[in-house]
Amino acid sequence: MAPQGEVKVLGAWPSPFVMRPRIALNLKSVEYEFVEENLGNKSELLLKSNPVYKKIPVLIHGDKPVCESLVIVQYIDEAWKDSTSILPSDPYDRAMARFWAAYVDDKIFPTMRGIVAADEGEAKAAAVALFKEGLSLLEEALVKMSKGKKFFGGDEIGYVDIAFGCYISWFKVTNVISNVNLFDESATPHLVAWIHSFSSHPAVKDVMPETDKLLEFFNNVVLPRMRAAAAAK
Amino acid sequence: MASTKKEEVKLIGFWSSPYSRKVEIALQLKGIKYQYLEEHDLKNNKSPELLKYNPVHKKVPVLIHNGRPVVESLVILEYIDETWTQEPALLPSDPYERAMVRFWCKFIDDKFSPAVRKYLSLGPETDGENARTEAQECLKFLENELKGKKYFGGETIGMIDIVAIGLAFWQRTLQEITDKDLMNKQDFPLLCAWAEELLSCSVISDNLPPKDKFISLIRSRREAAAATSK
Repeated sequence: MAPQGEVKVLGAWPSPFVMRPRIALNLKSVEYEFVEENLGNKSELLLKSNPVYKKIPVLIHGDKPVCESLVIVQYIDEAWKDSTSILPSDPYDRAMARFWAAYVDDKIFPTMRGIVAADEGEAKAAAVALFKEGLSLLEEALVKMSKGKKFFGGDEIGYVDIAFGCYISWFKVTNVISNVNLFDESATPHLVAWIHSFSSHPAVKDVMPETDKLLEFFNNVVLPRMRAAAAAK
Repeated sequence: MASTKKEEVKLIGFWSSPYSRKVEIALQLKGIKYQYLEEHDLKNNKSPELLKYNPVHKKVPVLIHNGRPVVESLVILEYIDETWTQEPALLPSDPYERAMVRFWCKFIDDKFSPAVRKYLSLGPETDGENARTEAQECLKFLENELKGKKYFGGETIGMIDIVAIGLAFWQRTLQEITDKDLMNKQDFPLLCAWAEELLSCSVISDNLPPKDKFISLIRSRREAAAATSK
């Protein structure tokens, strides 16, 4: 059934989660309007479209909103069936893709934030070690799922690539602000190569924030917020 | 779907885990034969099978289909629906409706269940007002989703109903051990009717944890929470 109506994505450029539906729509060659939200002053449309969480991203197809970035990516895959597939067709492979995408959000993202929040010394070293443990599992998963090709999805970007790759700029920012090297060529060589392939992919490169711009955003917006929260405790 | 090749389905679970119960309900609704393997000591002595088939999280449930493991309950439920396509369909076929099902299942797992668990675990002496309000706000969203429907899945039990089953069961448990109630008929008439409907299905009620055993588990957790908060 052909999809009906215009497509809008409500989002904000620094958000890794917002990248996900944008990459998916680009992969499917679907035209959409990107609406940049001011998160300090959320639009009526955002509040109306996502009453449960009031968060971005939100995809609006015609007049129907879809919320939660991975739910949106799966919707895009199923609504525009005739283009390249984002999830594999075999049920077991789909289960593996869903598993690793959930793993990225449940473990990788929080441990990355843990590095930024950690005090210098032992705490930071422990946070980095925890992050790298997760990374080594993803390195293994990449080798297994790619079957020698460039991406988790094989020849083309797939579900896990999108779920994980959206964090790349934030990993780079973490490297700078925490003075670490999260992606070590000797420990995770396939992931290092994957970062280059993913970042330069036509569906990705225009929606991935530049590291410098993100670093400025971190220093001007995120860091003061973190300090205020710490001071309030 | 008639399968001519030999099919082996196993499930590693635990009696009080709502997640493993949900998978059992899904398998039984679809009429899938499986071997159930109960973990005896999840806290201190996980079985070699569990560690082998779920090395990443070391948790139940684990579905093992022809020797290949699938873990994480929401992933397992979708896998079951995609592999065994007979009725009842756990997810609808329309992409937008599927997105709504996934959204609400995630909401129940990520936001709603933790809120209810937090409230249920509070000791009898602790003030649970904030926890209760948070849980009830989540309930309002779910009440709204039931408008005009018998189940979240419409006329038949679907994935949201299965994922939300804990709500129906916990509500009954809560009524036994406290005079406070979370889901009253006045504020949540649709959810109450839904819970009654669900609990009257044998597939559901046969798969709930034994009530007395479960109640004493919740009681001991509440007492432990009260003891540590003093």
